[in-house]
Amino acid sequence: MLISYQKKNKKKHHHLISSQLHSSLQKELLQFLLECCVGAAEPFYHPRRPHEVFLNPFCRPACQHRCKTRSASSQVYSAVQSVVGSLHMAHTEWKDAPGLPDFSLLKRLARDQLIFLLEQLPGKKDLFIDADLMSPLDRIANVTILKQHEVDKLYKVELKPIVSSSDQLCFLIRPRIQTVKWISDLVNADKVAGRFRRYKIIFTPQKFYACETVLEEQGVYGDVTTDEWNFYILPLDDDILSLELPEFFRDNFLEGDQRWVTTAGSALRLLQSVYGSFSKVYGIGRCAKMVYESWRELMEDGEQRTRQPEFAKVFLVDRDVDFVTPLCSQVVYEGLVDDLFRIKCGSVEFGPDVTSSDKSIKVMLNSQDKVFSEIRNEHFSNVFGFLSQKAKNLQTAYDKRRGMDIQQMKAFVADELKGLKQEHRLLSLHIGASESMMKKKTKQDFQELLKTEHSLLEGFEIRECITYIEEHINRQVSMIDSLRLLCLLSITENGLLSKDYRSLKAQYLQSYGIEHLLTFANLRQLGLLEEQQAGETLTVMESKVGKLVNDKTVGKLTDAFSSLAKKSNFRALSKRLALVPKSGEEYDLRVPRDMAYVFSGAYIPLSCKLIEQVLERDGWTGMEEVTRMLNGQEFAVTGGSSSSEARSKTDAQRIVLVMFLGGCTFSEISALRFLGKERGCRFIVVTTAITNSSRLLEALLDNSA
Amino acid sequence: MTRAKPEDDEYWNSSKFKAFTFDDEDDEFSQLKESKRAVNSILVDEDEDEDDVERVSWSGEPVGSISWSVKETASSIRSGSEQSFPKIDTTPSLSKQGSGYSLSSLFKGNLHDLSPEETVRRMQKGRPFSLEKFRSLQDKLLLLDEAVAVYDGNVITAVSQILFRELMARDVALRHYVHYLKEMGEQKLLLMHYKEHLNIKDEGRRRDFLKSCLSLPFSQDDATHVQDHYTLLERQIIIEASDKKADAEIFKKFPRKASILNMPIITTLYYSCFYHYGESEGTFSSPSNIRKTFRISEKQYILTALGARAKLKSWFDVDSLFNTKNWLGYTKKKSPIGFHRVVDILHKNSAPVQVLQEYVNLIDDPDLKLSGALKYKCHDVVINTYRDLKDRQQLIVYREKLERDSPEYRKIQELLNNVQIRWKN
Repeated sequence: MLISYQKKNKKKHHHLISSQLHSSLQKELLQFLLECCVGAAEPFYHPRRPHEVFLNPFCRPACQHRCKTRSASSQVYSAVQSVVGSLHMAHTEWKDAPGLPDFSLLKRLARDQLIFLLEQLPGKKDLFIDADLMSPLDRIANVTILKQHEVDKLYKVELKPIVSSSDQLCFLIRPRIQTVKWISDLVNADKVAGRFRRYKIIFTPQKFYACETVLEEQGVYGDVTTDEWNFYILPLDDDILSLELPEFFRDNFLEGDQRWVTTAGSALRLLQSVYGSFSKVYGIGRCAKMVYESWRELMEDGEQRTRQPEFAKVFLVDRDVDFVTPLCSQVVYEGLVDDLFRIKCGSVEFGPDVTSSDKSIKVMLNSQDKVFSEIRNEHFSNVFGFLSQKAKNLQTAYDKRRGMDIQQMKAFVADELKGLKQEHRLLSLHIGASESMMKKKTKQDFQELLKTEHSLLEGFEIRECITYIEEHINRQVSMIDSLRLLCLLSITENGLLSKDYRSLKAQYLQSYGIEHLLTFANLRQLGLLEEQQAGETLTVMESKVGKLVNDKTVGKLTDAFSSLAKKSNFRALSKRLALVPKSGEEYDLRVPRDMAYVFSGAYIPLSCKLIEQVLERDGWTGMEEVTRMLNGQEFAVTGGSSSSEARSKTDAQRIVLVMFLGGCTFSEISALRFLGKERGCRFIVVTTAITNSSRLLEALLDNSA
Repeated sequence: MTRAKPEDDEYWNSSKFKAFTFDDEDDEFSQLKESKRAVNSILVDEDEDEDDVERVSWSGEPVGSISWSVKETASSIRSGSEQSFPKIDTTPSLSKQGSGYSLSSLFKGNLHDLSPEETVRRMQKGRPFSLEKFRSLQDKLLLLDEAVAVYDGNVITAVSQILFRELMARDVALRHYVHYLKEMGEQKLLLMHYKEHLNIKDEGRRRDFLKSCLSLPFSQDDATHVQDHYTLLERQIIIEASDKKADAEIFKKFPRKASILNMPIITTLYYSCFYHYGESEGTFSSPSNIRKTFRISEKQYILTALGARAKLKSWFDVDSLFNTKNWLGYTKKKSPIGFHRVVDILHKNSAPVQVLQEYVNLIDDPDLKLSGALKYKCHDVVINTYRDLKDRQQLIVYREKLERDSPEYRKIQELLNNVQIRWKN
């Protein structure tokens, strides 16, 4: 009997197990496999060749599960294990996983357009760049390119009076009113001083009418020319694309300002025009819907390309669908580096404590870094072992030099030494970083903090958690961490009891400043930190009504009341989607069994679980209860009907674009990479910005002018 | 989609006349397409009432079947044209009030004759447009509704800017306008008003501003906090004025690194425990006054005072914080915070072993006690714990970590030689 699974190159890989089994057992095995494969999206069974079973990679966990629950005979069990095992091997060694599209094209396009725009202002000019555009600009162009196009001096926009002797000023900015006001002031000051210059504003990624109105109001409309640099997407890595718009989160979710919706739509449109159209779009969230609509409108206007797409499925998700995940402490290497050192635009600055010298080093962190690319997705507890093994290997490689003759030595120096030195440098850097992170984490009693987080996720010993948070606040340790724990408590518990809310809020304001009243108002508005109001009235009502009617009616009433209150429903969602494994179960972090490994086996990121479920079901069918608890707003749409059949067998079908509106964390990216490996597909993450708990909460602080 | 060149833009924005540009052909063409879609969409709208034709969603189930509508309650799909993606129904947008705009205008090229829909589309695409036609309230509202319906924040804000009077009834647009106002620095909302204090540098003026906030109708909860804020700054100004020129011993020994102005309540309490410990409750700067004024919990007070007195290495003060007398007059140490936490704070302030040891001994939980003792090298506690556990092996292991012939070493040695003890291992 032949078990087959198909890989990308369409070559079948077989697993012969007939020798191990009697024919009766073969039948049982076949029956068994048939059962567990029911519901899988791909055909798995060929009617004319009954002894061949095609295994869909997506059915692997189901197989294992069934194997455990259904008391299969031991021989069948081991046969299934062996099939499953071989499948697993195939995944970990999946060398022919779908290749990713070449995103460097996006950089080239952006660079070319920028050059074109600079040439629109011929002659020497000074260039003023918005501070937050400098790093993204660095990734696609350099000073030489700018100089080649007659940029004389470069300045950072600081909203202060300028010192420039140039007759032409060019401003490369985000479309923000404050910046445009500042430019208007400059122009007016020049006018008063009788100075003539040419001014050009290049808005990126687009200009807003509101900005032009400011120019009009300030009376400089005709003096300043404006343009747009459609730099929508910055590829941060092979599988990470960023809009580099951190303000998207606050603008959209807190202020209710939809100005960036079309920007996100345009980004999708850009991807589509360069890499081919998508056949399916799934999504959840209000903003996701709007972005989809905006993109669809744009698409209808433009010309249709019928080229083969390089990815076919798109998943759009709003950040407010899942606030729990970005609030958790990150424990995979890349996430931890981001939490502690802040990765900015794919690069990090390691201070003297890491470099063990007196200077800081800026390092690019991406798949080009061979050491980093191997540890970035690992749980931190595995990193030390890996690094020390790597160090030993390196030593061995260096040791080869001993006993070499001149010729061999020459070859060694020419072929290997450079690579070894490079690896040496990277290795010592990541070892230094790991050490420094260990120190920092030990100092802040990380274990205790994690324990509290895990208890909150599990809904276990909540009183102890509150006491811990209270002491955390009382001791005035990290203002952001205290806030983070409060928010986690509130979301996981569907809001705080009124007395807890008031007491914790009062203590927070005492410890970190009363001006945080504004922060609390923001958090409440977003549903991140709430007081259970409906809950109180509910219990009163319940007890009153309870005396009059029987228990069943009370239960119904409770349901009715709770559906009235806007709730995060985390506990129920977690139960339904099995986000939190049962406590007491061992979790081997070296051999992760699911996405929960990114949080030490304590929690599967809700966002990623939704993506997994929707892809598996090819839509939201069967998840009605889940989407109801997430306030609906889900959709699944398909484009055209003609060619989707033909496409389904191509690589593109196995590349999924996930767009996070409002930011995504490195832990989520790691989880998706894991999922991709498990399921033989690849995920490309498009995000409005990389986020983490600090960035998310800092965007909501209102404690300074 | 190519954008008009800058010079064209200028022309368009300054000209009242229709002129030819290189884009024109494309423009006409897309206008036609837009019109076509506009017409189509109207037809689709009408279509919705007729359920005769069985439509099938992409998942294959007939549209309108129960399972279909259950699945798609939140995301009803309108099947779109064959080649493109379907439109999805999004949040409750405003119903089109009086869709009485004439179809004929859709086909005209004059900017002043464009429908709200087409005007908004032109704005979205950065093409020339004119808002002059929209004079009546009705027209303005149509324009605004259209902008909201296409989720284009850029256009929404632009339209809102000229239509602010009509905003009040429309939430999404209003929020855009409010945000715009915030950016322009003209907001007067309650908390936003309170936030203004952050822009006032002079502490006297800031205090007066906060005082003016006291009469604002904050929620009961927030009103207390605003009151606290005012009281705090008022006290801080008084304390700062007197401490700036203070010449007490403590200020010479530990010169102040920063002013106390605008610091949180707990920082102020810490400051007062550091510089003004033992002052009578009558003075504003005394810990007890601050504790009482701001209703600080016992736990919080002990934590803060402990930190301040430990920093000064006043172990006597530390002891008195926890000493309680029972009715027989014996002193006993009690703490609202766990003693393991106390030890932690003492250690962070480099307390000597003798002090640490005393507090490690007070830890209730035996596991925490042992781990604390090990962590802070309180040998006596470790040894006694192992002795009580009758754990001979651990004692031998621990002995190896100690210096030979140190008192602790000898103590273990004696214990191991003691034949009276019944070791468990």
